[in-house]
Amino acid sequence: MPVNLMPSGLDMIRFLPETLLAVAGTLIMVLSALLRRGSNAFGNISIAALAGALAAAFYANGMQGPAFGGMLMVDGFATFFRALVITVGILTVLASYRYLQRQEAEAGEFHALLLFSIAGQCLMASANDLIMIFIGLEISSIASYVLAGYFRDDKRSSEAALKYFLLGSFATAFFLYGVALVYGATGTINLISIRAAVAGQGGAAASPVFLGVAAALMFVGLGFKVSAAPFQVWAPDVYQGAPAPVTGFLSTGPKAAAFAVFLRVFLVGFEPAGNNWEPLVWFAALLSMTIGNFAALPQSNIKRMLAYSSIAHAGYVLVALTARSDSGVAAAMFYLAAYAFMNLGAFVVVGHLAGKGERYQNVEDFAGLGQTQPATAAMLTIFLLSLIGVPLTGGFFGKFYIFKAALDSHLVWLTVLGLLNSAVAAYYYLRVLVMMYFREPGAAANEAEPLTAGTGAALVLPAAATLFLGIFPSWVLGFIEKSSSLLK
Amino acid sequence: MNLLTAVLFLPLAGFLVALAIPRSSPQASRIWALALSLAVFVSALGLLAWFDRGLATEQFTVDVQWINSPDIHFHVAADGVSLWLALLSTFLTPICVLISWRSIQSRVKEFYAFLLLLEFGLIGVFLAQDLFLFYVFWEVSLVPMYFLIGVWGHERRIYAAVKFFLFTMAGSVLMLAAIIYLYTRAQTFNYTTILDLLSSGRLTFAPGEQMLLFLAFFVAFAIKVPLFPLHTWLPDAHVEAPSAGSVMLASVMLKMGTFGILHYCLPMFPSAARSCAPWIVILAIIGIIYGALVAMVQPNMKKLVAYSSVSHLGFVILGIFSFTQQGLDGAVYQMLNHGISTGALFVLVGLLYERRHSLEIADYGGVATAAPWLSTAFLVTTLASIGLPLLNNFVGEFLVLQGAALANFKWAVYAALGVILSACYMLWLYQRVFFGELGPEVRAHAPDLNLREWAAVIPLVAMMVWMGVYSQSFLPPVGKTTALVLEQTRINVPFQVRNGQASPKVSLEASNAR
Repeated sequence: MPVNLMPSGLDMIRFLPETLLAVAGTLIMVLSALLRRGSNAFGNISIAALAGALAAAFYANGMQGPAFGGMLMVDGFATFFRALVITVGILTVLASYRYLQRQEAEAGEFHALLLFSIAGQCLMASANDLIMIFIGLEISSIASYVLAGYFRDDKRSSEAALKYFLLGSFATAFFLYGVALVYGATGTINLISIRAAVAGQGGAAASPVFLGVAAALMFVGLGFKVSAAPFQVWAPDVYQGAPAPVTGFLSTGPKAAAFAVFLRVFLVGFEPAGNNWEPLVWFAALLSMTIGNFAALPQSNIKRMLAYSSIAHAGYVLVALTARSDSGVAAAMFYLAAYAFMNLGAFVVVGHLAGKGERYQNVEDFAGLGQTQPATAAMLTIFLLSLIGVPLTGGFFGKFYIFKAALDSHLVWLTVLGLLNSAVAAYYYLRVLVMMYFREPGAAANEAEPLTAGTGAALVLPAAATLFLGIFPSWVLGFIEKSSSLLK
Repeated sequence: MNLLTAVLFLPLAGFLVALAIPRSSPQASRIWALALSLAVFVSALGLLAWFDRGLATEQFTVDVQWINSPDIHFHVAADGVSLWLALLSTFLTPICVLISWRSIQSRVKEFYAFLLLLEFGLIGVFLAQDLFLFYVFWEVSLVPMYFLIGVWGHERRIYAAVKFFLFTMAGSVLMLAAIIYLYTRAQTFNYTTILDLLSSGRLTFAPGEQMLLFLAFFVAFAIKVPLFPLHTWLPDAHVEAPSAGSVMLASVMLKMGTFGILHYCLPMFPSAARSCAPWIVILAIIGIIYGALVAMVQPNMKKLVAYSSVSHLGFVILGIFSFTQQGLDGAVYQMLNHGISTGALFVLVGLLYERRHSLEIADYGGVATAAPWLSTAFLVTTLASIGLPLLNNFVGEFLVLQGAALANFKWAVYAALGVILSACYMLWLYQRVFFGELGPEVRAHAPDLNLREWAAVIPLVAMMVWMGVYSQSFLPPVGKTTALVLEQTRINVPFQVRNGQASPKVSLEASNAR
């Protein structure tokens, strides 16, 4: 296949968000040797770079099409996920200004790593062949491993990083093995050509055994990245040990990007063999929802509880994948956006309340927050109600949309079991509300410092977005539905 | 925009303003809540004045597209039943503000904000004409009530609040599944359109399908009613809630369930409703008798009233599932009656609690000597609650029993036991609390009603008398709407020819007659 290896100007524009982020990340690395520690400059540069990347992502959306000989595909789907992960990055940076100051851990690396990780996720969102996906996955993951262990003197943080790294690289290896088998079976790494091969069009039909094994291996790898059961065991430990803003980031950005890959690989590449893998995803979805929700019930550590809850939410998105339809893709996209805002917001509050050295991590520590900091508590209430799925929040509409897609595809049992699951989930989210409003203030609530501008913005923006997605979903839905059709 | 949307959105606007009132001036919060809830009530009265009583269909319709895809509308309207229930909510909210004036001293601002949000949700549930919108209001009303119980309740409030939330949530997720499923079949959430599709035969359900959909809706509603054996959350929630919470819970929130059954279960799934009717009636009758018997042995006043609600709501269910015009009219009238008289009971019990700080019946005695006017008001309410003629409950219970007797005479016989039992537990309660030896504690702490309390009690007593003496002010629009519901339940029912004459009887009724 003759490929023009000389990138055109258009290619560069379509690749602009990633370029901007990588350049800014490198710049911060250089500057961190020159600037004194403790300045806000790194954060400010990151915000500027992310804002630029966001603008570039939307600019590139005006010129949709493949780039670099079909290795990248800039379409509405890619733009949506690029914008999502970049927004997650902006919120993480906003939340980490004060957080890092408090932990006396400000350094350029944090921001540089964050930018690299987001660059990787943008690449995952727009990648259109398996090698690019793998490269994006690795850029994102390696930066994330280091971020999880950012407090190198803290045992929990180091443990989290080690666990994340070992299991994560194992999972990446699975994915890569799958890629190799696909290449062996079909002779291509381009998703569109793989689709043709899977469908048995043109040339010799690919061996179904090879393809089956390849799909299963890739399912394992991606299942790990989105923390779907039965590949979820790493999530609670990593989420608990990593610094709170990083946990918030890990549970939203990389997850959204990994789901973007999941959707592209399985609904473009392996779509013709859908009947074969659907039961697998069906089972993983149910297992994730059930394990996540029931394991979250007895947790006393809030980060661990939210970790299990994020496993459950991955299960909901897998329900949308099981639907195997455009409306399923749209539902998954909407849900991931709503989930990103509500979950990140919740982790911002966790980081805000945890105090120096993250002393306060238990659900009990939220006691009386409604009295000492009514505004913070009110915003956490919005996030928790959205996680429960109470109407007028993005979480509710997302769930509604997912289960509607599932019922459209006649997945009645999965819908009923999923909805019952969400009723179970209400219990553990309510525990936090009970603490905040129905108990007298404890040490954590009394010691909590007033919200700074950065943390405040990192709370108000997601809270507003959560309500906006719940009350006026049409605006976002309009964009999503135009881009949910993965095949042009 | 019309008056109906004003009635609906005024409480929401009031909630947002109440959030902005500074914490340091609790009096401002109280005055704002009172003024706003009165304004809502006055506009709701305007609704009543402009309501065309000659029409059976929805009025004041507002239909605006909310979400394009799926096709969800902000679609509200009032019919002869929902109008009264919305009016009941707006009537009780100012009373709740008044009775909380002194008893709520902590976090006053939030209390009144939540009360107004609750009013918004409750009015919305009754007015929604779009199934999605209905579900939204259904869940939205849950959140403020959860906080009202959990923050301002008594000792075991947390347990009660969580139990209340989880019970309702568990029921309503299945209803959500059914609503989505209905959409995939009908391609619309519009209530009237769905009914049109059903009655014209363009949308039909297989029997098993209809039964599952019916049950998904019915269980959600039955939990809210609550129907025996799903009632266990109710005594906890009532006992632990602050007075205003108990009033709104008993008087309006429970009606969400019965309204839902009447408005959604019956017209949309008539055959399933009819085939389940005997079983549901048995549960209702068990509830009537069981609720009354359990109420009799309660040492706690609020718990007694709570169990009496289980008993009274059993009558409503019985009336609905008698599938007769009288039964349906009586059920709706009984919903309103229960709202007024049980609301009044909770108000008065709350006033007693404010004085003596106890809900135990044993701590009282001789209140009639210390507070004669309070006792008089309580007596009128007691008599209303046990169904004395010329007071409101009599009319409703009579109609329900008449309807039940028309459907199956045995049902009426068993249900009538509940009326007798209610006289036992209510009069016995009255005797133990208001007569007997006047203890020093009660004497020291039981002043008679003050002006504010009068203002809360008088409207309730006046309504009990009015609704008992001249039910014609209320029943005609109800009858128009229930007749329409009844007509809708006759669709897709096989005709049977017996004795040479065609009768639109249901196979179920026919088999009963045999």
